Amino acid sequence: MSMDPRTTAALLYLDGVSVSFAGFRALNNLSFTVEPGEMRAIIGPNGAGKTTMMDVVTGKTKADAGEVYFDGSYDLSRLDETEIALLGIGRKFQKPTVFDMHTVEDNIALALKGDRRARKTLFWRDTGEERRRINDILDIIRLSQVRRRVAGLLSHGQKQWLEIGMLLAQEPKLLLVDEPVAGMTDAETQQTVRLLKEINRERTVVVVEHDMTFVRELGVKVTCLHEGCVLAEGTIDQVAQNQRVVEVYLGR
Amino acid sequence: MLRVNAIDLHYGAAQALRGVSLVAEPGKVTCVLGRNGVGKTSLLDALAGQQPVSRGSITLAGSDITRLNPSERARRGIAYVPQGREIFPLLTVEENLKTGFAPLKREDRSIPHDVFSLFPVLSGMLGRRGGDLSGGQQQQLAIGRALVMRPRLLLLDEPTEGIQPSIIKDIGRAIAYLRNLGQIAVVLVEQYLDFARELGDFFAVMDRGAIVYASSRESMDEAAVKRAMAI
Repeated sequence: MSMDPRTTAALLYLDGVSVSFAGFRALNNLSFTVEPGEMRAIIGPNGAGKTTMMDVVTGKTKADAGEVYFDGSYDLSRLDETEIALLGIGRKFQKPTVFDMHTVEDNIALALKGDRRARKTLFWRDTGEERRRINDILDIIRLSQVRRRVAGLLSHGQKQWLEIGMLLAQEPKLLLVDEPVAGMTDAETQQTVRLLKEINRERTVVVVEHDMTFVRELGVKVTCLHEGCVLAEGTIDQVAQNQRVVEVYLGR
Repeated sequence: MLRVNAIDLHYGAAQALRGVSLVAEPGKVTCVLGRNGVGKTSLLDALAGQQPVSRGSITLAGSDITRLNPSERARRGIAYVPQGREIFPLLTVEENLKTGFAPLKREDRSIPHDVFSLFPVLSGMLGRRGGDLSGGQQQQLAIGRALVMRPRLLLLDEPTEGIQPSIIKDIGRAIAYLRNLGQIAVVLVEQYLDFARELGDFFAVMDRGAIVYASSRESMDEAAVKRAMAI
């Protein structure tokens, strides 16, 4: 693991990142930074590079060029997915992937940060500390009332919150959340806004979303990607009024 | 001809369509507009039978097709040109076109001439593999393949996406030609407003899985459409 001297105050630092697949430039000299404690919304039309950007940050895809630094001192381009996850970058994919046959609280317990090697796991004991942690997370994601229900019986929104809870159990510094409110009811969407705001009190959050009502409610800085680089950045109103953004959304 | 009555669509527990209603008539182009992720493709998948609806109904020429599988819908005249075109890369252009025979009776199995008059480039490439065509040519092939089926209802999912301007013009001309024949109802999903504006007879704009604006060509309020499409 590289420990270069800290070069930036940003928690996430991308500079001139490019990625090509079979001649298609998914990321084209992409640069942006996310400050510690920030919540950032990423928007952009299809093919803008949102997913590839998250793939690069989590080590799923390697950049062809450019720098990706985490916490000022970790060069993510030299680390694999596991090392990056252990550094404290958690990712929530769009589709909920919880263990449907396990209860809500068991899902959280399985995700708790800890030593997962064979001996430790075999001789695992329930400690008060772990139970407290599970209770805290269930409170945050507001699933305490249904903690003994099997996850398969949860609503779509509840499943998404449970998976966010599983991410929290890993105690990440940075959460990457991909389209959390797609398919949610209006009430669930509102609840997700509150949940992410609460999580953001302690952790940095990057959320990719198409739902502009939701992005507006979040009320955070917005980065609009297009063709693999940043097209506009600012408040949602600034971005929405940007003429180039308007043109792109009208397909011109 | 096509009547979509308040359909809902779910992926597992996630809801992608919320009470969507839509009409398409022969000789008319119905445009479905909206940003990415608002449910446009889910709507076309529901019409083609690729995804089951959880509520509401779909009728084609008066008969209920809500529960029919995709091949039965194809037999009844629904042709789908999906996003990403989905031509067969290892089959030749001619073989790709002939896959459109599948729902047809034996005596109807010929490639209509207008496929080549609309897309002359295809006639010179019949022996070439689909995968070797450019993106624009593949798009023309995908539309050609749909026309081989003699559709009554043609579903087009963002036919201009990633296509160069000259071929966008060809595709626009082809859609206008098909509309003017008066036999085919076209549902055109687009994010390219100017393209849709020129061709559309009806407009529906989607957001969050629902239709938030609908109008005929004559009464369309372009500013309202832009507001619904932009962020």
